[in-house]
Amino acid sequence: MADQELIPIYIMNKQYLVPPTLTIMRALEYAGYKLIRGVGCRAGFCGACATVYRTAGDYRLKIGLACATLVEPEMYLAQIPFFPAPRAQYHLEELKPDMSALLKTYPEVLRCLSCGTCTKVCPQDIDVKDYMAEAMRGNIAGVADKSFDCIMCGLCAARCPAEEKQYQIAILCRRLYGKYLAPRAEHLHKRVQEIMDGKHDAELIRFKTMSKDELKKAYYERDIEPE
Amino acid sequence: MGYPQYMRDSIAKVEATRPRRLQETFPMLTAQEKQALLEKFHPDYIREAMRELRVGPNKGTRTPHELADLLEARPVLDPKAVNLDNVDYETDVLIIGGGGAGSAAAIKAREAGAKVIMATKLRHGDANTMMAQGGIQAADKENDSPAIHYLDVMGGGGFTNDPDLVEALVKDAPLVIQWLESLGCMFDKQPDGTMITIHGGGTSRKRMHSARDYSGAEIMRTLRDEVRSWPEDIRVIEFAPAVELLMDTNGRVAGAVLMNLETNEYLVVKAKCTIIATGGSGRLHYQNYPTTNHYGATGDGLVMAYRVGARLAFIDTMQYHPTGAAFPEQIVGLLVTEKVRGLGAQVVNIDGEQFVFPRETRDAESAAIIRECVERGKGVTTPSGIQGVWLDSPMIEIIHGPGTVQKELPAMVRQFGRFGIDITKEPMLVYPTLHYQNGGIAIKPDCTTDIPGLYVAGEASGGVHGRNRLMGNSLLDVCVFGRRAGITVGQHFREVTLGKLTLSHLDRWEKELKDAGLDPKVCAPILLPDYTRRKGV
Ligand SMILES: Cc1cc2nc3c(=O)[nH]c(=O)nc-3n(C[C@H](O)[C@H](O)[C@H](O)COP(=O)(O)OP(=O)(O)OC[C@H]3O[C@@H](n4cnc5c(N)ncnc54)[C@H](O)[C@@H]3O)c2cc1C
Ligand code: FES
Repeated sequence: MADQELIPIYIMNKQYLVPPTLTIMRALEYAGYKLIRGVGCRAGFCGACATVYRTAGDYRLKIGLACATLVEPEMYLAQIPFFPAPRAQYHLEELKPDMSALLKTYPEVLRCLSCGTCTKVCPQDIDVKDYMAEAMRGNIAGVADKSFDCIMCGLCAARCPAEEKQYQIAILCRRLYGKYLAPRAEHLHKRVQEIMDGKHDAELIRFKTMSKDELKKAYYERDIEPE
Repeated sequence: MGYPQYMRDSIAKVEATRPRRLQETFPMLTAQEKQALLEKFHPDYIREAMRELRVGPNKGTRTPHELADLLEARPVLDPKAVNLDNVDYETDVLIIGGGGAGSAAAIKAREAGAKVIMATKLRHGDANTMMAQGGIQAADKENDSPAIHYLDVMGGGGFTNDPDLVEALVKDAPLVIQWLESLGCMFDKQPDGTMITIHGGGTSRKRMHSARDYSGAEIMRTLRDEVRSWPEDIRVIEFAPAVELLMDTNGRVAGAVLMNLETNEYLVVKAKCTIIATGGSGRLHYQNYPTTNHYGATGDGLVMAYRVGARLAFIDTMQYHPTGAAFPEQIVGLLVTEKVRGLGAQVVNIDGEQFVFPRETRDAESAAIIRECVERGKGVTTPSGIQGVWLDSPMIEIIHGPGTVQKELPAMVRQFGRFGIDITKEPMLVYPTLHYQNGGIAIKPDCTTDIPGLYVAGEASGGVHGRNRLMGNSLLDVCVFGRRAGITVGQHFREVTLGKLTLSHLDRWEKELKDAGLDPKVCAPILLPDYTRRKGV
């Protein structure tokens, strides 16, 4: 790293010098932290690494995923590895896919101020305010679709002045949609029934009892569905 | 940010050949060509990278040094440091690992009336399952059948797979999709409800089901949410990895010792049935490859099971995913989903020319890319000195229409977009990356092992995929065998009466090491990799 200039960053207000090409996560490690909290997939999928920071001379509070955000000079940062926003207690079968489900589980949904702070902080660039508006209208399908890319990092809930748990509301809506509202895949249910009825057993056993050479032959000669 | 000029020059060649390439696909390898290619270029065939194990049930089996070091290591736990008369938790079922397999097992074991403890290293769901993008296979279309799926799986695995496990996999597959949907998983569908399914490497039918490119995340968060619906029956203990299995005086596995990662305190969990669902080992960085795996993928389950005498299978073969990101530096090794090729993107070299059929099985596709860079010198070298070839994602927009990439691959668009690369317009530079542990602890179709009381499911198990797993069969494996493990322990737990708890297997292990003339300095399981001050992870 000798040929590279190091930049100062502040981890919980203590200065460390790190290479500018690192993500926040790698910079924490470079600084000597062996991470336990605030790290999971290291690839932007699990939401374990929510981070808040400010940079010198800028009044704004910024957010990012530590695994996917580059360090900047004079960055003051802290991780939010856990934010208390427990899931409501429910069983999916006891709910109906409409407003009643939300009122039963997260009645505070109606307290949303539509201020848009959640949208501003979402590291996935989801329009959280917009799906919360769908939630307030009881449009389960709308919430499910618009919140789909959520990784449940919890930053929206952490910053919400109305104390909503947006991401918990979102997963409830997605599950309700998947179970009750998504159009039914008839071919799937048909196939499951066939398997239960043993209709595929004979063909399977035929392959299972082939010699290795016969199986190889069948494999290399099998027809391939065109693109 | 974005690509430097010299890389743009190569991209210009990729663009120039694109119209011609849209009309032509590189031919598939014959069986002989494939074998020759693998032997010369696949990392599994590098002899110096492996060695024979000198102790334990797989004595004489070859495996990469990195794994051998851990399988031959000393325990982390000092038996004198725990008092086994002081049991912290007693339960019917202990599940070690909070990924897809562990969660599916928990749901099914609870359904059967068992009280469950799930111990996990990081948070529940911080796991490889969460990261899967491409999809999950199931033969549920008219032109497909479990038997055709069977043939694809066996061929993909080099005809080495355990046929009974494969039968279970393909027969349960449609059932699993139905089950996931009943739990609220949102699969990609046509307006009439037909599942949208595409090809993956090595498939002869389009049977890859997806949930945009968050397929694993959708499955993981749904299973996790379902587990959380039953707090009275399933107790989840996070940041508490198992460090050693417990046995009873009758030779049955009887729980585990957990370690609270924050206080370093040990917890004794006594359980009638114990399921290992600890996933893979990409974070061991075999042969120094970067990896797609989550932070906790350190092979702990294999180490713990090996010490109680469980046999491992196919531990000499790892899967290198052909398309790991090679640029920019910050995301090197991270996965570029196979779905990109499934949607029609080709793999091309520095001159913009194809050199391999885009959907060979992963082992062959990887070997071809390594050959293109290492032997033929037709790779593009990045500013940090690694090589890669182009994955021509803009083709997808031409084949399927503008907007397809954004709609089908939002996670990829986001991943590269963060570093100034627009994959709807520019190709991605890729190189093979360590992705999957093909083998693991040998299981039977009901997830039992050679050792009573010990059950295994998911990536920690071995046999179902033989020497090479096909895309979309692992999410499937995790659900099929996670469920089966839960169902099996649900049938067994009532009949179990445990003897006295013991760690005497550790004494036996020490003796075995001594008898083999080994005095290892390494202690395992390692739980987490150490990246402090390390470059280029
Ligand atoms: C980036 C990526 C993309 C993928 N894409 C696909 C795809 O498109 N299709 C497909 O079919 N497959 C895919 N796979 C493979 C598939 O996702 C995994 O193989 C599968 O999800 C593994 O599930 P699992 O439950 O066995 O393990 P995991 O999901 O990894 O869960 C293991 C859990 O055990 C925990 N653990 C580990 N050690 C301990 C311990 N000592 N004590 C307690 N807990 C422990 C871990 O922290 C984790 O929570 C992909 C994998 C990766 C990494
Ligand atoms: S570590 Fe998973 S999102 Fe950053």
